[in-house]
Amino acid sequence: MQAFVQRRPLTSLLVVVLAALLLWLILAPWPPGVTATLGPKRVVLSSVLSGITLGALYFLVASGFTLIFGLMRNVNLAHGSLYLLGGYLGFEIADRTGSWLLAFPIVFVAVALLGVVLQWAVFRRMEGEELRQTLVTIGLSIVIADILLWIWGGKSYQILTPDFLAGPVELPIVTAVRSDGTAVYLRYPRVRVWILVAAVVVGVAMWLVINRTRIGMLIRAGVDDREMLAASGLPIQLVFVLVFAFGAGLAGVAGIVGGTFQSLSPGEDTRFLLASLVVVIVGGMGSIPGAALGALIVGLAEQLGVLYAPTYSVVFTFLIMAAVLAFRPQGLLGGRG
Amino acid sequence: MAVAGETRLSAADAPFGALGRVPAAVLAVAAVLLLMPAFANNFILFQVFGWTFILGMIALSLMFLAGYGGMVSLIQMTVASLAGYMVAILGPSGTEQISLGLPWWINVPVAILVATLFGTLVGALAVRTEGIYTIMITLAIAAAFFYFTRQNYTIFNGYNGFTLVVPPPLFGIDWRQPTAFYYLSLGMAALAYGAVVYVARSPFGLALQGVRDNARRMAALGYNVVWHRILAYSFAAVIASFGGILLVWQNAQIAPGTAGIPAVIDILVIAVVGGMRHPIGPFIGAFIYVLLSAFAPDVLTAFGLAPDRFKLLVGLGFLAVVAFSPDGVLGLWARAAERRRRRVDPLTGTPR
Repeated sequence: MQAFVQRRPLTSLLVVVLAALLLWLILAPWPPGVTATLGPKRVVLSSVLSGITLGALYFLVASGFTLIFGLMRNVNLAHGSLYLLGGYLGFEIADRTGSWLLAFPIVFVAVALLGVVLQWAVFRRMEGEELRQTLVTIGLSIVIADILLWIWGGKSYQILTPDFLAGPVELPIVTAVRSDGTAVYLRYPRVRVWILVAAVVVGVAMWLVINRTRIGMLIRAGVDDREMLAASGLPIQLVFVLVFAFGAGLAGVAGIVGGTFQSLSPGEDTRFLLASLVVVIVGGMGSIPGAALGALIVGLAEQLGVLYAPTYSVVFTFLIMAAVLAFRPQGLLGGRG
Repeated sequence: MAVAGETRLSAADAPFGALGRVPAAVLAVAAVLLLMPAFANNFILFQVFGWTFILGMIALSLMFLAGYGGMVSLIQMTVASLAGYMVAILGPSGTEQISLGLPWWINVPVAILVATLFGTLVGALAVRTEGIYTIMITLAIAAAFFYFTRQNYTIFNGYNGFTLVVPPPLFGIDWRQPTAFYYLSLGMAALAYGAVVYVARSPFGLALQGVRDNARRMAALGYNVVWHRILAYSFAAVIASFGGILLVWQNAQIAPGTAGIPAVIDILVIAVVGGMRHPIGPFIGAFIYVLLSAFAPDVLTAFGLAPDRFKLLVGLGFLAVVAFSPDGVLGLWARAAERRRRRVDPLTGTPR
């Protein structure tokens, strides 16, 4: 850090100034000039927060996708279907038992088991045939989407937010000061704050597992050189199944989260598949930190897009993707060229 | 990407296996197709064959890219829809506040030009990547186009799209009459088919196949690999645009759903099911797809299922094809021909 400051004094100064400006923008009430250019602080900050929480949800979906891709070179285009399946299952469990929390372990295990079946019965047989695997996942996504439509119909479902997460929470961020001098704090849905916390915990846990444990060592080795790892006599098939199961389970759990703060309906599977695609393309394929960064960028772009140019919000996301592809095809944090 | 050689979808250099040596069969098919209006009813002509030729042309453009160029692009349906949209925007349509009402000899060429330009641009972006990455990127761009048309009301008229987009009454013929439309789509499909066969054997097509097989060696030989790939996208975009214009004329309307993700995936399904060994594959795939969608209710009821499970049938069929015959129906044909040949004793020439 010190070395960086000494080497690049101007850049460091710029970073400090920008950080201070950002901090001031977040914490202090805005003068009229800023409000005139950016909009009311309450609206803008809510948008930014929504972008971050949406990014958290995208991260939950995309991290499994990128992990599976990084290790097995399998573009699982049925990932969105696993998300939707998890959401519907979570809805049924939460609806029947009345327990929102209970849905999480059950859905994780159920969707992970489906992942095990897929990896063991289907993808193991066509290992190395990337294109064929991708085609199979497309076929699976068509079939699963139609089965889900068959069972749950075209209705839109929303999972009820449990009582302990319902209602708003006041964040220590001043949005405005009333005429009598009392500060108005930003109110934000409690459930979204917890989703953000959960995503950060999941992300950090994944990073720790991958970088600090033996199984993580196996995964990293597999990402770098699959053939060599297999040749070393390590149980690579077991690692594959575990990673696929974990990625699938995570997508399922993300379905519950998405079903709680958005809604579940046919078509959501493609939406989240595309979000995952864009996230990993922007962040870099196979990289967990890349997925986090990509999810954050895509989430923010989507929400700020809705605020400033509602007609073209979706297009922003894809413009970012095109720009990344044009200037850094391996993704922002992608290692391979 | 060390295994790219094994995953390639086609061996397109072998011209058509057994059927190539039997021109009689080709002639018979051509005769049946030309005489079809004599014995088929309007539904068969317009819905089944018209749609088969259109979907076949769009899938053919994908087959050209994937089979000869080794690039599986999911953008072809989007290019086709853009051409359809341009015809609706520039020419006359039911949405008069947007459509410019230009005559056909302006709106059709401009539509093809715009769509080809779009296809080329996407290609220029997509050739920076390889294999499965190409699928992901083209899929993402296709999705962006779908969402854009759905949200943009000033040019693409959002959810509603355009209605009453009909072919121009050229030579005093209403080209939406089943027989006229059948011949129109048949002629365009035959032209597209011939163009692909011709280009595949031209120096450009041969170089493209060389790029597919070993890009590095072609680059060392002095070929511009990137431009060959981008030009392949342009050529494919031209074919897809013609298909898209026919599609909007057949439906007489266009809406975002035309370029939706399911439609984009369907084109891939058609091309893979038909087979990417030879340009006839996409048309076979399209024929199977159209037959399935036309008669799925009957088939499904026969299996005791609800008649609206068409997609399930398509998905399962696709899975079966990918699992058992990765080169589609054409692959099945080639293997059957191979087996027939083996049944003859190679020494004496007599059946064993």
